[in-house]
Amino acid sequence: MVMTISPRRKFVNALMLSASGLCTVLVISVLFFILGYLLFHGARSLNLHFFTSLPKPSGETGGGMANAIVGSFKVLSVATLIGVPLGFLAGVYLAEYSGKTFAFVFRYVIDLLNGVPSIVIGIVAYAVVVRPMKHFSALAGGVALGIMMIPIAVRTTEEFLRAVPNSLREASLALGANKAKTIFAVVVPAAISGLVSGLMLNLARVAGETAPLLFTALGNMFWSRGWMEPIATLPVMIYNYAISPEEDLHQQAWAAGFVLLALVLVVNITAKMILMRQSAASRR
Amino acid sequence: MASPRQQVLKEAEPPSPMPDEPIKDSSRCKLGVKDLNFYYGSFQALHNICINISRNRITAFIGPSGCGKSTFLRTINRMNETVRNTRVEGEILLDGEDIRDMDVTNVRRRVGMVFQKSNPFPKTIFDNVAYGLRVNGVRRQSVVEEAVQKSLEHAALWTEVKDKLNKPASALSGGQQQRLCIARALAVEPEVLLLDEPCSALDPIATRKIEELLFEIKSLTTIVIVTHNMQQAARLADYTGFFLMGKLVEFNDTRRIFQNPSVKETEDYVTGRFG
Repeated sequence: MVMTISPRRKFVNALMLSASGLCTVLVISVLFFILGYLLFHGARSLNLHFFTSLPKPSGETGGGMANAIVGSFKVLSVATLIGVPLGFLAGVYLAEYSGKTFAFVFRYVIDLLNGVPSIVIGIVAYAVVVRPMKHFSALAGGVALGIMMIPIAVRTTEEFLRAVPNSLREASLALGANKAKTIFAVVVPAAISGLVSGLMLNLARVAGETAPLLFTALGNMFWSRGWMEPIATLPVMIYNYAISPEEDLHQQAWAAGFVLLALVLVVNITAKMILMRQSAASRR
Repeated sequence: MASPRQQVLKEAEPPSPMPDEPIKDSSRCKLGVKDLNFYYGSFQALHNICINISRNRITAFIGPSGCGKSTFLRTINRMNETVRNTRVEGEILLDGEDIRDMDVTNVRRRVGMVFQKSNPFPKTIFDNVAYGLRVNGVRRQSVVEEAVQKSLEHAALWTEVKDKLNKPASALSGGQQQRLCIARALAVEPEVLLLDEPCSALDPIATRKIEELLFEIKSLTTIVIVTHNMQQAARLADYTGFFLMGKLVEFNDTRRIFQNPSVKETEDYVTGRFG
């Protein structure tokens, strides 16, 4: 029997192929569209001053976001110091020690925490850090972002430790090493590039968070000394500038958006490259 | 160096133990196993194993897949305790002392293990061999260096790696990696060395090197090897045990197991008529 494909089937096939192909092209172009749009609107503000000067008082043009760039790094360091050790050690527990039932429950709790809206985490940080201390601060912003980093830190740690072959644990135990020694001298070093890239992706993810910083780090038009003063950050600066009436500030907001996105992309790509190099090395 | 086969023939002649009673003299007994039962959950993997393993001899265990020989090996250094939901009954005596009364890290230092698939740490060659010393508290660099060299020599690997001790272990070939794992196990001077099918992933030349080195080191340690390869057991072992369905069916002088087994199942297995 000769099978013939009806014209209708051919047409539907071609239609599906072109529709899904078109959507793929659209999805890919979204990123480049955003990059281009940011660059187009912010390019004129992207100069050396943007990276080295403080914001100008209202009404004057020019000025930069040096304090917000440094501020973002400061808040992210506090967040890392809080979220990463907690998440890492909990991830070690989850991967290496916990029983099946508890791991299931714990993982579920972590996923729920990951789903808590960032604004809610901001309110919590406001209530437990800002209110008792009576002022907005880099610390409060760091606590909010640190809490946001915990779930991903736990899950990436668990995932990369689980990927370490059990034969390495057995080799270490068989030499008379105890479990803690085995984990920290063999398992963690074997997973280190995964853990580092996981940390970088985690940082890139929270670097753009705005809502939890609005009423914790607040913002600042000047340099913020130490960790206990309100502090400027790139996302909050973008928000404040974007809702202001001045055209010059809009431009600076676009430029800040571009800088933030570029940083996040660089960190992301570096993390992926670390992972790729690692998997290439392990195949050798 | 004489080949393993020649040495087997030479050695097997005079002190041939009594049939069916390989070890009577208790001073020669390094490991005593009495009424050992082992369970994975409700599945009983080992049934009433009783055996005495001789000091400074090579003892081999053969048998079909899933017969319990690897499980048996892993109870000797308490490695099965790392597997959830398992249970051991009976006694394993190391120099007369029950290993379950000893600290588990101490048991594993005294009873070393080499695994089926070579599993070097993702560290340098040197650090791989030094690892066991360091976790057991050896801090003096000179002591560590000396022990690393000695272990690599015993594992017949020193001349091949002495110029690249700081290279990653993953740069070695499969056979070299397995010898590195043997060196790593030897570095802590184990009294017993357990090998779980150490050559199953290796080519004949690499296998031969490992067999030769096992022959060399049996003066240092008591060797227990699990193998799928009957020729290997015949070449290497002073004593051989045959496992089937979780039972130690027969245990005897190697020549007797292969030439004149007393149990029908053993004969069927060693002559290839099994199953």
